[in-house]
Amino acid sequence: MSEISRHAPLLDALADDLAPVRPLASPLLRALAWFAALAGLALVLLVAAADIGALRQRMAAPDALAAALGAGATALAAACAACLSGVPGRSRWWALLPLPPAILWLGASGVGCLDASPSSVAPDGTGGCAAIILGLSLPLSLLAIVMLRRTCPLRPTLTACLGGLAAAAGAAALLALVHPHAATAADLAVHVVAVALVVAANFAAGGRVLGRAIASAIVLRSPAGRRSMPGAQSGAKAK
Amino acid sequence: MDTEQRLAAGMRAAQDGDAAAYRALLAACVPVIAAAARRQGLPPDEVDDVVQETLLTVHRARRTWDPARPFLPWLRAIAQRRTVDALRRQGRRPRESHDPIAYEAHADDGPLPGDGLERRDDRRRLVAAMAALPERQREAVEHLGLAERSLDEAAALTGRSKGALKVNLHRALKALRAALTRDGSGADV
Repeated sequence: MSEISRHAPLLDALADDLAPVRPLASPLLRALAWFAALAGLALVLLVAAADIGALRQRMAAPDALAAALGAGATALAAACAACLSGVPGRSRWWALLPLPPAILWLGASGVGCLDASPSSVAPDGTGGCAAIILGLSLPLSLLAIVMLRRTCPLRPTLTACLGGLAAAAGAAALLALVHPHAATAADLAVHVVAVALVVAANFAAGGRVLGRAIASAIVLRSPAGRRSMPGAQSGAKAK
Repeated sequence: MDTEQRLAAGMRAAQDGDAAAYRALLAACVPVIAAAARRQGLPPDEVDDVVQETLLTVHRARRTWDPARPFLPWLRAIAQRRTVDALRRQGRRPRESHDPIAYEAHADDGPLPGDGLERRDDRRRLVAAMAALPERQREAVEHLGLAERSLDEAAALTGRSKGALKVNLHRALKALRAALTRDGSGADV
């Protein structure tokens, strides 16, 4: 029995199940769509909760501006990398795309901490910041996972981690809009821990969701009309 | 038209819903997938499973192929990943021992140095005990015990009744056991 004829039942089942599909938009466009949602959230925050005068004053400091832009750029780059990792055949090195903006983000935040006065920190400020990052990361992570489920992540945990990094960095960028004071070392530590938590949560939950999505058994309608697993009835093992 | 162009045209048609072109495309993909799996060291009996899993993934992920990009790298990436999954499931690792004294502590299955001499002595004692048996008893042992003939065959060859053969075999074995035990060999008879 030839190699192809052994798989004939599966080939027939897949061909019978074929429906026209529209190719996915390019990873950059999909990442920009996700980033547009982030920008929309930023707009809502600016209108609803931000003190524009204080924000302008904080962003006058180059390190604070660089940290905020770095966080936003990290979010966009991580979203791009996540979308690229969901397309088979793309280089795995794209996963490093968020690294340069992340260095800018953390480096500028670190420099800002050196200048910030610890006395200006509210006692419960850091806890509030962590809650904001975690709270904003949740919808951003869910949106990322929903978008990435339509792709084919061959390394689901890597894709989920990149999606989590995008969400956490986006949340940190949003936090910069409503942060009540210049970030201190304690703030930075809390931010890093919150970001790590978000990435870890995406690693655990998102990786499983994406992995299940790609590995899920496809139930097809066989030519005889009964529902069946093509892999189970293909007869490939019957040599 | 080369393979890449042919497969890309097939996938474009498949994305538009052409089932015949899709089936032809999947059939053309089978040898490509199998070759990718074999190249990664997958055992031959596992290749069919990987081919099937790859075809299923291709089916589910067909919207992720960008018609502006080549098809074969997309297909091979899926095939290689499914092969890696199969190898991981199989838990294939080089067989090696992590116990430093495993080889030293392992008993040798081969014969001990004195085994050959003991076997030769046993054989000599058995031949002597057999020679000491009465003719009828020796005949029964040779046909039924050593040549492993049936009672019917032995009876036809010797011209004795089956009952006589059984009695002679029983007596012969009893005599051999006694002779060899007395001789100190303790060999099973």
